[in-house]
Amino acid sequence: MSVEQMYQEIILDHYKEKHHAGLRNPFEAEVNHVNPSCGDEVLLRVHLDGDTVADVSYDAVGCSISQAATSVMTDLVIGRRITEAMAIAAAFAEMMHGQGRVAGDEDVLEDGIAFAGVAQFPARVKCALLGWSAWKDATTQALASTPTPQSTDTTDPTDTTDKEDS
Amino acid sequence: MPDFSLADAVRPDFPVLSREVGGHPLAYLDSANTSQKPRAVIDAMSEFTALHNANVARAMHTLGGEATAGFEGGRAKVAAFVGGRPEEIVFTKNASEALNLAAHTLGQHLRLGPGDEVVISVMEHHSNIVPWQLLCERTGATLRWFDITDDGRLDLARAEAEGLFNERTRIVSLAWVSNVLGTVNPVVELAARAHAVGATVVLDAAQAVPQLGVDVAASGADLVAFTGHKLLGPTGIGVLWGRYDLLEQLPPFLGGGEMIEIVTLERSTYAPPPARFEAGTPPIIQAVGLGAAVDYLTGVGMERVRDHEAAITAYALERLASVEGLTILGPTELVDRGGAISFTLAAADGTDVHPHDLMQFLDARGIAVRGGHHCARPLHKRLGRVASTRASGYLYTTPDEIDRLAEALVYTRDFFSGVARVR
Repeated sequence: MSVEQMYQEIILDHYKEKHHAGLRNPFEAEVNHVNPSCGDEVLLRVHLDGDTVADVSYDAVGCSISQAATSVMTDLVIGRRITEAMAIAAAFAEMMHGQGRVAGDEDVLEDGIAFAGVAQFPARVKCALLGWSAWKDATTQALASTPTPQSTDTTDPTDTTDKEDS
Repeated sequence: MPDFSLADAVRPDFPVLSREVGGHPLAYLDSANTSQKPRAVIDAMSEFTALHNANVARAMHTLGGEATAGFEGGRAKVAAFVGGRPEEIVFTKNASEALNLAAHTLGQHLRLGPGDEVVISVMEHHSNIVPWQLLCERTGATLRWFDITDDGRLDLARAEAEGLFNERTRIVSLAWVSNVLGTVNPVVELAARAHAVGATVVLDAAQAVPQLGVDVAASGADLVAFTGHKLLGPTGIGVLWGRYDLLEQLPPFLGGGEMIEIVTLERSTYAPPPARFEAGTPPIIQAVGLGAAVDYLTGVGMERVRDHEAAITAYALERLASVEGLTILGPTELVDRGGAISFTLAAADGTDVHPHDLMQFLDARGIAVRGGHHCARPLHKRLGRVASTRASGYLYTTPDEIDRLAEALVYTRDFFSGVARVR
């Protein structure tokens, strides 16, 4: 696969115009995830409404792969039931860790299927997963912190792994 | 016309430089990250492993003697290469471990505590930041730092105005050459000023030793850290040089075999330097390889290495400056400047092409550079950048490789500007 094929038009479009970008209220959990090798960073909020992902908002800096993947992620999870969204996250992670051997289901992953080529570049897999891991972390925290979702707007700023490479 | 003939002369000595990457000849422009290895180093390590392998010092048989001679021979060669004495050369795992050794032992030796100050700079590599942060956390000392000027030099005027060096300053630890900006810091002058207030001076010479050829004794520093793998040597070996009278006073760092005199279950007495700081089986094969590496560099002549580095850096600075949208971080002229060139590249809409994306496109053309924050996040924050792309050459780098870099940068910029996009 050539690098030009890896950088699909879909990826570049999401990179240029990120969907659901910006930080919004209300939210039950906020996390900050970092890719320590390059400093790419995503500050991400999750708002749950019962068992549904009501909103995901974020402020992020990073490469086109990490930015586009985060944008695609919000398209895929917002409005879904948490269990469904978690299943999509698992399917995306499986494709990304498949070293190019896991094709991925376009019906499930939609625009996310464009990242199939990125899976052949091991160094870039964690770029594609940065936003997803932030969303999973925030959702888990939101579920843990609010037994009855929507009851409060608690902020839970959590500075996760901020270690640096050497 | 500058003389680039050294590269052509030495390239046949480096097997990896003749390989292809992605169907293109490799253009290895990541030597500030790690250097490539000449055949002489590969052969020396291979021959030692095949024919002379044994543990050092404690093995009394013939092979043990040969291994010890190889290991201590490496130490003597490194000492001569940097202008120190063999007993002043402590072998570590890498430059990071050397700096951690310095931080731990100096902190204990100086009885660092609240009110004391440790001075670093904003342009340091993480390995010359974190050990001092940890030391200050352990002891209650205060960490202070030099800022930089807009052109990437240490801001000496501001340091003066802020009284950065004062009677509370106990340790000053600075990069000799910046791994991001390429800046060569005035370490001799700064060491003298630090000594004037009674501070101990540590230098991170990881980039300086390979490029400049240094005289540690003349630098005025008390401790100097560097690494083997940026110096044509193998990974797994670093060096802490120290003035012997200081090393003698420093307590041990890691405990274990070979660093002791007498061990009872209650306490031990410690070997003199450098053995005191080399617990356990040391990097024996690596010392043999590093010895061969400095022999190779001495054979070429560090003056020629330095001249070539200057010529290729000047060429790259000029060539890169001609790429529209490219901004060089750090000094753009060859005054007090080493070979690392970090830059950002803006697409037509003014947004920077992210270094990871850039690196991916260059790699697809066989060009190896580093994209990221180069283990210098505070510096990038100071410069208002998340990350940058760094090209760094060495004695084997040719102007043709720089041309290929410049052309690939133009192509990548156009791709992200939507001009050259392939569907």
